[in-house]
Amino acid sequence: MAATATFRIYRGDASGGEFVEYSTETYPGMVVLDAVHDIQAKQAPDLAVRWNCKAGRCGSCGAEVNGKPRLLCMTRVDKFPAGEPITVTPMRAFPHLRDLVTDVSWNFKVAKKIPPLKPIPPESDGAWRMQQYDIDRIQEFRKCIECFLCQDVCHVVRDHDRKEEFVGPRFLIHLATLDMHPLDTLDRRPMLREAFGVGYCNITRCCTEVCPEHITITDNAIIPLKERVADDFYDPLQWLWRKVTGSKGRRRLPVVKA
Amino acid sequence: MTEARFETHEHDVLIIGAGGAGLRAAIEASAANVSVGLVCKSLLGKAHTVMAEGGVAAALGNVEPRDNWKVHFRDTMKGGRFLNQWRMAQLHAMEAPDRVKELEGWGALFDRTPDGKILQRNFGGHKYPRLAHVGDRTGLEMIRTLQQHGIHLGMSVYMECTVSRLLVEGGRVVGAFGYWRETGRFVVFKAKSVVLATGGIGRIFKINSNSWECTGDGQALAYLAGAELMDMEFMQFHPTGMVWPPSVRGTLITEGVRGEGGTLRNKDQKRFMFDYILELYAKETAKTEEEADRWLAGDRSAGRTPDLLPRDVVARAIHAEVKAGRGSPHGGVFLDIFTRRSAADIKRKLPAMYHQFKELGDVDITREPMEVGPTGHYTMGGVRVDPDTQETCVKGLFAAGECAAGLHGSNRLGGNSLSDLLVFGRIAGEHAARAAKGAPAPAVDDGAIEAASREALAPFAREEGQNPFALHEDLKDQMQKYVGIIRVKEDLEEGLRHLERLKDLAGKVKVEGPRHYNAAWHQALDLRNMLLVSEAMARAALHRKESRGAHTREDFPEQDKGHWSKVNLVLRKKPGAEGEGEMDLAEVPLPEYPADIKAVLDEG
Ligand SMILES: Cc1cc2nc3c(=O)[nH]c(=O)nc-3n(C[C@H](O)[C@H](O)[C@H](O)COP(=O)(O)OP(=O)(O)OC[C@H]3O[C@@H](n4cnc5c(N)ncnc54)[C@H](O)[C@@H]3O)c2cc1C
Ligand code: SF4
Ligand code: SF4
Ligand code: FES
Repeated sequence: MAATATFRIYRGDASGGEFVEYSTETYPGMVVLDAVHDIQAKQAPDLAVRWNCKAGRCGSCGAEVNGKPRLLCMTRVDKFPAGEPITVTPMRAFPHLRDLVTDVSWNFKVAKKIPPLKPIPPESDGAWRMQQYDIDRIQEFRKCIECFLCQDVCHVVRDHDRKEEFVGPRFLIHLATLDMHPLDTLDRRPMLREAFGVGYCNITRCCTEVCPEHITITDNAIIPLKERVADDFYDPLQWLWRKVTGSKGRRRLPVVKA
Repeated sequence: MTEARFETHEHDVLIIGAGGAGLRAAIEASAANVSVGLVCKSLLGKAHTVMAEGGVAAALGNVEPRDNWKVHFRDTMKGGRFLNQWRMAQLHAMEAPDRVKELEGWGALFDRTPDGKILQRNFGGHKYPRLAHVGDRTGLEMIRTLQQHGIHLGMSVYMECTVSRLLVEGGRVVGAFGYWRETGRFVVFKAKSVVLATGGIGRIFKINSNSWECTGDGQALAYLAGAELMDMEFMQFHPTGMVWPPSVRGTLITEGVRGEGGTLRNKDQKRFMFDYILELYAKETAKTEEEADRWLAGDRSAGRTPDLLPRDVVARAIHAEVKAGRGSPHGGVFLDIFTRRSAADIKRKLPAMYHQFKELGDVDITREPMEVGPTGHYTMGGVRVDPDTQETCVKGLFAAGECAAGLHGSNRLGGNSLSDLLVFGRIAGEHAARAAKGAPAPAVDDGAIEAASREALAPFAREEGQNPFALHEDLKDQMQKYVGIIRVKEDLEEGLRHLERLKDLAGKVKVEGPRHYNAAWHQALDLRNMLLVSEAMARAALHRKESRGAHTREDFPEQDKGHWSKVNLVLRKKPGAEGEGEMDLAEVPLPEYPADIKAVLDEG
């Protein structure tokens, strides 16, 4: 007889919901998203779940498995103790829409608030020159698949709902990317502190722990950002120097490996 | 009156699809100062483009200075076995370098050469190292860049919104009808011009590398609106999909693995690709393993490794090896990179592959070979467009990216899709904006909207009926079996019979539950589109009596030098037909080469 596993899936919408138990056959390599799809196909056709790539690339399928924020498509069923039900719930930090789907539109609003790259002019061939070692670290940040699991787990968002004052770890790494970008000319530091709330982060590192892309969010992005705000923000000499030289006063910082 | 019943938005240009093509079109149209609406089925940034791995092809000449647009053009035409629209291939090769470079001004960061330029890697069918890349996550870099640039240009983005019908009045497109996934409510878009950028159709095959979105919506919407589909018989099966475990069957392994030196072997450890070198490529391909290894090591005088022949050749070779009993334990062949590259190199250049195999396949590719086999991947066919503007035969309706046809002919080269999106996305955006400026205010017809709404709600009204998921499985099985990688008349006819049966069942699909975020309902509505493109593919495949590029007929194994080398197949709804109507198929002669283009081709 084929092996089965039991899933407790949270079903419902903003008006309320409950856990429903389903059991489904398992097979080699099965991930939780496969199980959700099998249940959808055979037992609960209207079960709502977000997904796209089923390969950990798109960041659509974020939810919580046994209470931990995870990508459903990268979470193997055989990693859990056999015989015990696996609980699947929507991300808790965002308004619930239906079943496993939440309203993540806040993230898209935040993205719009961040001023985009303002590059130096290209060379005569229309291209820019950059050295690999100058972009190694920000290439790490650009691995972000916008699954918003870090936003979901960060207590500033999850427990204190500071969505107005704080952009969350996902967008702090985006700000760090822009700040460390070799071509960028825009100084976003004043906004960092006020509009983007970098000060709310108290370095718990929970975001780094859940990131499926293994981005060292806290140590490589947020701490350097905090330092730059603290060092430079109220230093008029630094500011003048930057105006005169056009430099953003960048220092090369050590890269912490995950 | 009807309008008051439905949420309505009005734009000069409506772009359907927010992958690379849609975003690039939206950026261009926004730059032309028209009002732009961008609609997509998923969240922004999740379109299929995000999955692209290996790179974007552009003759930048950063690694090999001998490279230029002419070589790229020739490679593209050759890869497509000369069934491509030459003008598209020319525009593509000429403009791709600028399109890639401008991305860095918007924030993209490609891997670098030692002198600080964009690094380029080898890929199948590209004579020189040509693919700009970021490890094996190029698509992510591209879509994020376009997204982060685009959202600041004033366009309105409608996410998780699916278009189910185009609205056409008097031969001109005037808008679109769709539904919000979140609420299940309907929405009407009025627009002076519309760009389709809806991507591929891979979900019609059982084994495929595509996301749920790839259901041929744009092709079907265009067809139903009276536009033409072309080259539908050409479906690319990527040679290297995962074959084990079952959960990830079909998931893509980038050609970049072979670009970085990976080699294919059968169960006897033989590098079998040496047995499958196509005449067209014999001159430039290595004859011995020793020569191939020299080429991989950078010797420019050596011939290329046959592991990097175009995809159709490699996919057929793998299929043949497996059929002959020389496959791997789970019905694929072996692909190894660990014998060629250090563990550190593999993790740096192919991090996603490493991760994917480790987490999902329990294989450590820095120590073991992968098992790979063909997977349904990309459609060369799609909406027929004018090469210079991307406009279809329906006024004001444009198409770009994977849902359009013409650039790739009978077989696409890896990396030529991402560049296709950028080049033709831009062109479509520019011309859609221009067309909108000269177009009358769109007047939508209440009757058409009511009909679209009735069509969409029909599955809820049925007392009993089919499960849409089961029907989709059925369709995928039949397509895989009868219209797959190797085709023959009897199979194709059998496939068409199944499609008739499935069309009938699709009319009886039933769904239950509320309308908001109802997966079964969405699946039910996608079926119409998948069935339509499946039928177009089967009909065209049955009609083309030769083997060329991605289309392989067991009963006509040769590539024809006569008739079939001179025509594209075009399908359209019988004029005047109601509903989905009957499919008309026509042979359309390929445009002739002007003298200068012919000269470029002859140089090669
Ligand atoms: C795994 C993988 C790896 C690949 N790697 C490469 C590579 O390295 N190099 C390369 O050149 N190519 C690669 N390709 C191919 C390439 O990624 C695709 O062909 C390309 O991204 C398609 O882009 P697009 O903009 O045409 O459509 P997509 O990116 O597929 O976007 C389609 C958009 O249309 C929307 N849409 C669809 N239907 C509707 C509807 N009815 N209503 C509203 N919106 C709709 C979708 O939501 C989506 O936003 C790869 C493909 C795969 C599967
Ligand atoms: S480290 Fe900062 S951003 Fe990350 S979870 Fe903790 S508080 Fe939030
Ligand atoms: S930083 Fe990591 S966890 Fe956060 S959104 Fe990006 S990929 Fe997800
Ligand atoms: S479905 Fe794309 S990350 Fe899970």
